[in-house]
Amino acid sequence: MATTTKAKPEKRAKQEQIIRVCCGIGCVANGAHDVVKAFDEAIEERGLDNFKIEPHIKTTGCNGLCERGVLVTILPEGGTVLSDDAIVYTRVKPKDVNDILDSVQTGEKVKRLIFRQADDFYEGQVFIARRNLGVIDPTKIEDYLANHGYEALRRALSMTPEQVIEEIETSGIRGRGGAGFPAGRKWRAAAENEADQKYMLCNGDEGDPGAFMDRSIMEGDPHSVIEGLAIGAYAIGATRGFLYIRDEYEQARHAVGKAIEDAHKAGYLGKDILGSGFDFDCEIVRGGGAFVCGESSALIASIEGKIGEPRPKYVRSSEKGLWDKPTVLNNAETLATIPYIMQIGGQEYAKIGAPGNTGTKVFAMVGQLENTGLVEVPMGISLRDLIYKIGGGVKGGRPFKAVQTGGPSGGCLPESELDTPVDFDHLNALGTIMGSGGMIVMDDRSCMVDVARYYINFLSEESCGQCTPCREGLRWMLDILTDICDGKGREGDIELLERIAKTVEDASLCSLGKTAPYPVLSTIRFFRDEYEEHIRDHVCRAGVCHNLTEFYIDPDACTGCGLCSRSCPADCISGERKKPHVIDTEKCIVCGSCRTVCHFDAVLTRKPGRKGGAA
Amino acid sequence: MKQQATDEVIDKIISHYDNDGRHALAVMQDMQDQLGYVPAEGLRAMSAYFHRSVGELYALTTFYKALSLKPKGRHVIKVCDGTACHIRGAANLSECLERELGIVAGETSADGTFSWEKVHCVGACALAPVVMVDSDMYGPVKVEEVPRILDKYRDEGGEA
Repeated sequence: MATTTKAKPEKRAKQEQIIRVCCGIGCVANGAHDVVKAFDEAIEERGLDNFKIEPHIKTTGCNGLCERGVLVTILPEGGTVLSDDAIVYTRVKPKDVNDILDSVQTGEKVKRLIFRQADDFYEGQVFIARRNLGVIDPTKIEDYLANHGYEALRRALSMTPEQVIEEIETSGIRGRGGAGFPAGRKWRAAAENEADQKYMLCNGDEGDPGAFMDRSIMEGDPHSVIEGLAIGAYAIGATRGFLYIRDEYEQARHAVGKAIEDAHKAGYLGKDILGSGFDFDCEIVRGGGAFVCGESSALIASIEGKIGEPRPKYVRSSEKGLWDKPTVLNNAETLATIPYIMQIGGQEYAKIGAPGNTGTKVFAMVGQLENTGLVEVPMGISLRDLIYKIGGGVKGGRPFKAVQTGGPSGGCLPESELDTPVDFDHLNALGTIMGSGGMIVMDDRSCMVDVARYYINFLSEESCGQCTPCREGLRWMLDILTDICDGKGREGDIELLERIAKTVEDASLCSLGKTAPYPVLSTIRFFRDEYEEHIRDHVCRAGVCHNLTEFYIDPDACTGCGLCSRSCPADCISGERKKPHVIDTEKCIVCGSCRTVCHFDAVLTRKPGRKGGAA
Repeated sequence: MKQQATDEVIDKIISHYDNDGRHALAVMQDMQDQLGYVPAEGLRAMSAYFHRSVGELYALTTFYKALSLKPKGRHVIKVCDGTACHIRGAANLSECLERELGIVAGETSADGTFSWEKVHCVGACALAPVVMVDSDMYGPVKVEEVPRILDKYRDEGGEA
């Protein structure tokens, strides 16, 4: 490896500054490649001799602050965006690159581009799974090696498999994919089962809508996942591995594919790794676009080339998994954390987070939030701190209504539960789950019945159809919820929903089926009054359910700016400039565009069918 | 540009893999990418190669969402209906596409330019609501921007 870094010392004579441009998908959608090009052109135009401090452009994986892309960061040596003197520029456009280059020379920051909420956003965050994201160039193995890459594998190979398992057990890390099963115990079970062949798998089939941490890790730091996989394989005695990566994640598959190739060439995969006598090889399996394949036994069936149906779990996959051989499946985030644990030791890791819930967790903070993106915090932080401090509160200062955690298998929590510590056990106690770490914040313009219907619709489409309670139960729940949203709800519907939900929970085969009713049960538990309003009063207070909503303009609040009429796709808003506008409810398609664009909260909702006056 | 589903092209896609039956899904993904769908001839050729029944392979194509038995349009539009996009108004984008293209989700426009479908989360939640056209990502998308996005691909479609 020493040879690859030899070229650098010559250049080092002149002071260098690395300017990192985030090229995660969010930033790419915002034009990151154009920014990189603009930097390259500007540097070439000026000629390197004109720089006192030589700027280098490095493209990195996702920084997590996707909505504010393109992100450009200037980090202290060996630091991350969490470091004190890190500079984070947001919403950078190609026209800004000259100012940034100037600032590198003068040491003065470009004030207009600085991320102002940086203090609140980054304080309290701890990067473990995301330690290399935004720092290294994911396409370069040298970059990973320069940041302690594959040192953990080297250390693991110098230990016995038993010692490695003990280290992971001591760390207390629980699986980051959803169920929270202790990773060490899973490894031990597979290690203890004798077999001629064992398999180590990575679950990169991130199917929960609203979660994208695995994607960012696989794209931005693929080697850490591969290193974790190799360490696990050594611990359980597996020589083959598969990374099952979601169909939609093309960039992640490319990044991991390149990383496997490079790791092979460098001797971190293949035969006799680092002279230890341990052989391990892994390959990528592309998912087929089925949510159920995130479930372990369905994922295994899919790798075998079958349809992804779960099987009963009385025999665990650590005994009979892939092709009936002992198999361990870990989530991508878990695997990316393993090398870190092997470096600092299980005992040190166990000091982070909360008792029984050690370490950090990456959350995808999305929805109606000021700072949307990925955050990594020690477990045990309160929902309130996550949402209001790190997340910056509800977008536009609107009232908070609910936070949905854990994806389709999770539930919605109201304001009154915001002081709950975020960890596996506390969230379970409230009828939701931590799941893969999706966290969706909703304001007063989200309808909780519609949210429940949304999830049940998702789940009924994604149900593999193998067992009846899940397949039929979800369909009936969807019908009832759709009726309620359409204004055709009947007395007794809520109780009926609860009865069906109980059956689905008790009688489904796999854990996806068993948890499928949670979105309905939790919204009924905490937002029953909204269900009742839909059924009895035929009104959707959030203005989401079309049949139960009528938009009108408050003449006192309207300034006649005309923004609403320009945004209306149905051309149904009229009015003179600077005079109150009016919505023609006959033509209105209840899309809500006018309400979204109005700066004065002048677009209000009421029960349909009333003409004139306030609701 | 998608290729025609000739025997030659199909054989080339299949023979890229060894005849271990586990590769069936990967082969179908390649057909989907290169041909725009999984043709019936493709299933029969795979059946012979992998020694798996056509019925079993057909089951795979209907189980996995990424696979389609019918050809898709030149440009595939994906309206993300993940949770974050949903609560930020993805349903209105879907309605807008229905109006603009005159087809519902899962259909292909009569001239073969566009297919559009709803997908559950493309993993870009911070940009919600998101629309993807082929591999280009747009977000946050407002309803009134949809026609402009479509026009970009219409022009290209005319040339192609």
